[in-house]
Amino acid sequence: MANQFVVPALVAVTLVTVAIGFYGLKLARTTSDFLVASRAVSPTWNAAAIGGEYLSAASFLGIAGLILKYGVDVLWYPVGFAAGYLALLLFVAAPLRRSGAFTLPDFCELRLGSRRLRKLATGFVVFIGWLYLVPQLQGAGLTLTTVTGAPYELGALLVGVVVTANVALGGMRAVTFVQAFQYWLKLTALAVPAIFLILHWQADGRPAVTPPDGPTFRTATTVVVEQPATLTLADGAVIEVRPGDSLAFDAGDPVPEVAGLPGPDGLDWLLPDTAGDGDRGLFATYSLILATFLGTMGLPHVLVRFYTNPDGGAARRTTLVVLAMVGAFYLLPTLYGVLGRIYTPQLLVTGQTDAVVVLLPGAVLGDGTLSRLLSALVAAGAFAAFLSTSSGLLTSVAGVISTDVLGRGSVRGFRLATLFAGLAPVLLSVNVSDLDVSQVVGLAFAVAASSFCPLLVLGIWWRGLTDLGAAAGILAGGGAAVGAVLLTVLGLPLHGWPATLTAQPAAWTVPLAFTVMVLVSVASRHRAPADVGATMLRLHAPEALRL
Amino acid sequence: MADPTDRPSSPASPAARRTRVVLAEAARSGTGPSRTRTELAQQTRVGEALVRGLVRAQLALALRLSLVVLIGLGGLPLLFAVAPAVGRARLLGIPLPWLLLGVVSFPFLVAVGWAYVHLAERNEQDFTDLVERPER
Repeated sequence: MANQFVVPALVAVTLVTVAIGFYGLKLARTTSDFLVASRAVSPTWNAAAIGGEYLSAASFLGIAGLILKYGVDVLWYPVGFAAGYLALLLFVAAPLRRSGAFTLPDFCELRLGSRRLRKLATGFVVFIGWLYLVPQLQGAGLTLTTVTGAPYELGALLVGVVVTANVALGGMRAVTFVQAFQYWLKLTALAVPAIFLILHWQADGRPAVTPPDGPTFRTATTVVVEQPATLTLADGAVIEVRPGDSLAFDAGDPVPEVAGLPGPDGLDWLLPDTAGDGDRGLFATYSLILATFLGTMGLPHVLVRFYTNPDGGAARRTTLVVLAMVGAFYLLPTLYGVLGRIYTPQLLVTGQTDAVVVLLPGAVLGDGTLSRLLSALVAAGAFAAFLSTSSGLLTSVAGVISTDVLGRGSVRGFRLATLFAGLAPVLLSVNVSDLDVSQVVGLAFAVAASSFCPLLVLGIWWRGLTDLGAAAGILAGGGAAVGAVLLTVLGLPLHGWPATLTAQPAAWTVPLAFTVMVLVSVASRHRAPADVGATMLRLHAPEALRL
Repeated sequence: MADPTDRPSSPASPAARRTRVVLAEAARSGTGPSRTRTELAQQTRVGEALVRGLVRAQLALALRLSLVVLIGLGGLPLLFAVAPAVGRARLLGIPLPWLLLGVVSFPFLVAVGWAYVHLAERNEQDFTDLVERPER
């Protein structure tokens, strides 16, 4: 596709990101500046930065793609991604800020006074960070391939290098400004084209999203298959297609039925799972809800942001603003997924549904300057999503590596750790290109929900937690979730319940983690820290008392 | 400044002005650390009971509001599963599940969050008042 605006837009986003990074570099002088922006970021900036950091490739591209494919049941992804901030607000935000810890491992040592637990937490922070970084870089590669035709590796490498350099040079203060800018860019990049898309849909006479005879191609389309699939054509013939196969359709032809996706009448797509579908669908839905609701608080790049609030009350208000900002953003991907059903049904056949957001403006508005400008805007927003989320992840991973593995809190150490932390996921993403973006992100949430969520919630609210209990719970729940991730990523051919239990593990790993943590803590009661009373006072007493 | 109580013999010297000092008022003025404050800082049984009370109040609030979300949002998949008719209902031409999940859920979450911030700050204010109240 030769859109002359795309490359300048991507270059502009990258340049602005780097420029703000250098502007921040002038302000960043000490280690504390680097890691937590000296705790002097205003709530609005901070909230925009948290939002900008949080809205990743999975939010910007993945959700619309999933909705295009699976329909109403995956609306739980955006709802859960937003609701995660409510759980964070209710159980974690203010006490965590008051604890005065810089990172999750800091919290472990502060609350339970155990160096070994700290090491364990460090390991999980790095694992979750990398698990979340790889799909971001992959998304960047895929987007660049879609909009410019450049090779996949180039996009992954480009984002990896820009982000690593920016974080290494500017640290988090720079990243705060970058992230806040990226939130507004991402919101604009989806909202402005959405207005044009809806106007055009109105002008088209509001074509039905789920016509009774199934979706049809609106224009003559040649489909080049990207993922192997089994198709049922309109005349009932069943064909197997492989990547590279090319199929031609005329305007008005029905879209072939793809095996494993909701059928052509659109009812499965339009309506939620019913009891008749078997309990696995319901289990997977609840598992997804649990992972996203509780996983957000365990994501290292989200938590590290809370240390930049001036006090506990500000942390709470910031979280509320984030919830509103993120919620406003999540109204949009649904719209793209639904309109994609009408205007880009060929993506169902190619399997590249993640590209729907990027391709939709061109498909709806035809080829013209306006549609090219809008396409470039969307591509810039997608690029912003990769840049901001990977910056935040990298900052937090590099932060724990520099303090806990290298063992020095110097600026040099942080830069070294950034290079190391950035290198691994870049290499991984170049070599592993067949992972599914949204699914890997969902698994990262599941691991976070079954390791750090119980640690934080019990650590903040229960005096009886011991270091032994915390370690056992993290190992049992988090370990089980990591096992499920590895099984899913390796692509073992599982069917029925084992497949559901490993693809959406949160519904059993989260309760497992909580149970083990409580039971082992009760059994090792004598190990509870003696200063737990003082810690509780510090976590919960309002700052107004100035104790 | 011709205040009638000023004695003309001491011209505008601040050292010469007298103030009335009442012992009971000085003790109540809250300048020194109050006893409750000390109890908190020194982890006495009274102090610990106060903190336990605050933690319990905040936890109860958080749990109550998560129950609201648990029923309001978490009940939806079950509702759609056991009563498919609800899933097929339409409002303003949009299927009810799409409207509830895609649009209404976000303002609902923000409203719950707003209520929490408001109520949690009130709990903290109550705690602060309790600690800083004048000794009887």
